[in-house]
Amino acid sequence: MSDASTDPDKIEGPTPDNAMRAAKAADDGPMLAADGTPLKKSLAKSLRVQKMRALILIAPLLIFVLVSFIAPIGDMLFRSVENQIVSDTLPRTTARIDEWDSASGETPDEALYEALFYDLFVAEARREHTRLGTRLNYEMTGMSSLFRRSGRSLDDISDVYLDQFEDLNEAWDEALPWAELMGDPDWIAEQQAFDEAGEDGRMPRFELREGAINEFPNAAAAYETFARFSQTEEEDSPLEEEPYGLVHVALYKDLTENGYSQYDGPRADLVQEADAAVDGFESIGFKEGMIEIDEDWGNPEIWTTLQMYSPDYTTGYFLNSVDMQKTADGPALRDADERIYGLLFQRTLFMSLVITFSCIALGYPVAYLLSNLPARTANLLMILVLLPFWTSLLVRTSAWKVMLQQQGVINDVLVWLGMIGDGSRLVMINNQFGTIVAMTHILLPFMILPMYSVMSTIPPSYVRAARSLGATPTTAFRRVYFPQSIPGIGAGSILVFILSIGYYITPEIVGGTTGTFISNRIAYHISSSLNWGLAAALGTILLVVVLVLYWAYDRIVGIDNVKLGG
Amino acid sequence: MKFSKTLMATTALTVAAGATAFAQDQEMVDSMTLVSWGGAYQNSQQQAYVVPYLEMNPDVSVSWDESSAEAVARLRAMNEAGNITWDLVDVVASDAIRLCDEGLAMEIDHDEMLEAAPDGTEASDDFGDLIVSDCYIPQIVYSTTFGYRTDMVPEGVEAPNDICDVWDLETYPGQRALERRPINNMEWALLCDGVAKDEIYDVLATEEGQDQALAKLDEIKDQVVWWNAGADTPQLLADGEVFMGSTYNGRLYSAIEEQDQPIGMMWDAQVFDLDGWIIPEGLPEDRLARVMDFVRFATDTQRLADQANYISYGPARQSSAPLVPEDMKQHMPTDPENSANTFLYNYEFWADYRDDIDAKFQSWLAQ
Repeated sequence: MSDASTDPDKIEGPTPDNAMRAAKAADDGPMLAADGTPLKKSLAKSLRVQKMRALILIAPLLIFVLVSFIAPIGDMLFRSVENQIVSDTLPRTTARIDEWDSASGETPDEALYEALFYDLFVAEARREHTRLGTRLNYEMTGMSSLFRRSGRSLDDISDVYLDQFEDLNEAWDEALPWAELMGDPDWIAEQQAFDEAGEDGRMPRFELREGAINEFPNAAAAYETFARFSQTEEEDSPLEEEPYGLVHVALYKDLTENGYSQYDGPRADLVQEADAAVDGFESIGFKEGMIEIDEDWGNPEIWTTLQMYSPDYTTGYFLNSVDMQKTADGPALRDADERIYGLLFQRTLFMSLVITFSCIALGYPVAYLLSNLPARTANLLMILVLLPFWTSLLVRTSAWKVMLQQQGVINDVLVWLGMIGDGSRLVMINNQFGTIVAMTHILLPFMILPMYSVMSTIPPSYVRAARSLGATPTTAFRRVYFPQSIPGIGAGSILVFILSIGYYITPEIVGGTTGTFISNRIAYHISSSLNWGLAAALGTILLVVVLVLYWAYDRIVGIDNVKLGG
Repeated sequence: MKFSKTLMATTALTVAAGATAFAQDQEMVDSMTLVSWGGAYQNSQQQAYVVPYLEMNPDVSVSWDESSAEAVARLRAMNEAGNITWDLVDVVASDAIRLCDEGLAMEIDHDEMLEAAPDGTEASDDFGDLIVSDCYIPQIVYSTTFGYRTDMVPEGVEAPNDICDVWDLETYPGQRALERRPINNMEWALLCDGVAKDEIYDVLATEEGQDQALAKLDEIKDQVVWWNAGADTPQLLADGEVFMGSTYNGRLYSAIEEQDQPIGMMWDAQVFDLDGWIIPEGLPEDRLARVMDFVRFATDTQRLADQANYISYGPARQSSAPLVPEDMKQHMPTDPENSANTFLYNYEFWADYRDDIDAKFQSWLAQ
């Protein structure tokens, strides 16, 4: 029985049957969904909705990983090329240092020394010059103290001018005349109101008076830098803070270069008085002055280093991490007695491989035994495998120290048994052997667990079948069992190898000098020498090496052959 | 610089105006995070400074973070993240200089912020030359020196009393423990290679001098266990792994006095270094006020002398020296008996040469 409401042929509206009929009617038009839209489109739409839903579901994790993992690592790795500190601290110097020809063997001209003096003066006020000194000391010994000493003595140059202006008129060492000379009248009014109110908060931002920069090209720029610095860093009103000596140096330059007898702007009295007197001022050359402050500024090598490290991005850290260095004639190998990273990378890879193979050799029989015992016994033994996991890493490592050292348990037992003499105790720690033993022990569970979970899925009947067909136990194992357990070995090897390549605490404690890894050096540069750029470069290289090895592994073994379980 | 002089003068005026009222004027938080080295040293600070301070201010709570070893790196990271969680940090002098250089530590006006000596001597004179950085408030003088196993000295031979006995493997067989960094080791090596004491840093500044020092260290290289942590050497001595080794004198003191180990001190050519406070740059005002209040109390003459009850490090104030307990004086690195031949850690030299010589040293170690 069927009527109009249930008979598919009689229902009107979007039903699958009607859609097919409509599609047929449209002849070779696209296949349509029930609502008349093309099926392809409809399918894509529903898939898209599903994808969106899935994306929204994983979004919290994705965002978390991006924000807390990928971004910081990216930021850290970026430090391996970043070098803005030089151009940020010495903007004027780096802008024109390329004009100087380092091959000439001569020191730069007066203009570059002047730029350096300006930059250093501002940097010293902001206490940034020592930071730059530390940075450049990684490249050239002595930079650290050069910058620190220079920062202390810059006043020797600026005071020459400051004192003469002050002798001429006390007003030159006061805050207000300078503010009136350079500041915008509106700004002065606002700043005055702000100072009187005495409230916290942002000061009205300093603005130069219109025309000041044309009238005093150097002094106005120097004063603006001072005023902004005073407002933001020191939170002092430029109306009350005497400007530092740099503005006097700059004003002297303006006065000698331009005539001011016609000047009629604010404080014209002061300016004209100074203009008249400036010819009688004693002056000091910047080159001469800087070299007097520290004779190293007369050393072209200092300038070569500055020039090489003036760009915003540098390959210096990466060169350093492969035992090379920048020189005036391009990258060159370091002296033999300073090469270390190549050796450490090789050693890290070699020892990680040895540790991985030791783990396979020791872990395979254990995993085999576990997977072939009755569940109750296997679980009990499994606890023994897991037990080290529940003990602190440091405790386990220190225990090996007690075991392996020359007055330790193993040596004592051997001496007691008479196998070695008391004078010839074995050296088993603070070398590669100690690191390999301790790390094999620590990483063993990471090998056993994936092997066990793969082996427990291999049906025992296969080996039995092989035996019943006449295979010897060895052949049955070699041809039937072992190939099926390879995915477990693969997974365990990747885990152990990648963990050991970045291991740091254990080699630090038991590795001595020959058993340490590249990661110990990275840790040293992060926490001790503070050369984060070099640490980042070493870390980047380590990451790339691991990725390349992973890729090679995928090509040779095939990553599909890796199983963590069932 | 004129500008900062004025600045300091203004600060000085404001502080002087309310020197006593300073503490009450400001809002102060009730908790502080102090950073130190852990172990016996941190305990001495807890007993000498924190316990009496908490008795006076029962509302305050103090928590410790044992991170001084990586303080510079951590402070730099905190600064970049814009979130300073530490209030007062105990660091060695070279780290204080670096923190000050990087703008991570606050500059201190010692006379205004710290208590004068009981006789009225200004704090900056009382600490004297030990203020090696504008950001540094020294607490103690410690030294890196040698300890040896008294029961392993061969019979009929005098106990080692010369730094060059470290190199004398024939008279004193057995392994040595040295720190896994060039600082101190290079100086000792040159000294025992016949370089006059006042020329050591001139020699060490040259490539040949560095090679000379490493060549001298080569003589004992295969007999050396290299340590990283100050606790390693006392442990190695206690286990009988090494005959003699360098470490901080306070560590040896506690191994000898508290753990009764058969260890003797060899003070020759000990290297003095300082330990003290820095205040991180950029603390909010209420936290800064609390820290300043605490530091003023914790670095006065009596408190520094009290610390010597708990550990054998010399107080950094001259005025504290007479107050040190008599039975402790003989264990102090500064005692005249012990300080016949001493070095002072050369901060400026090592700030410049640290990276360079360390690269050579580590490369030499790895060969």
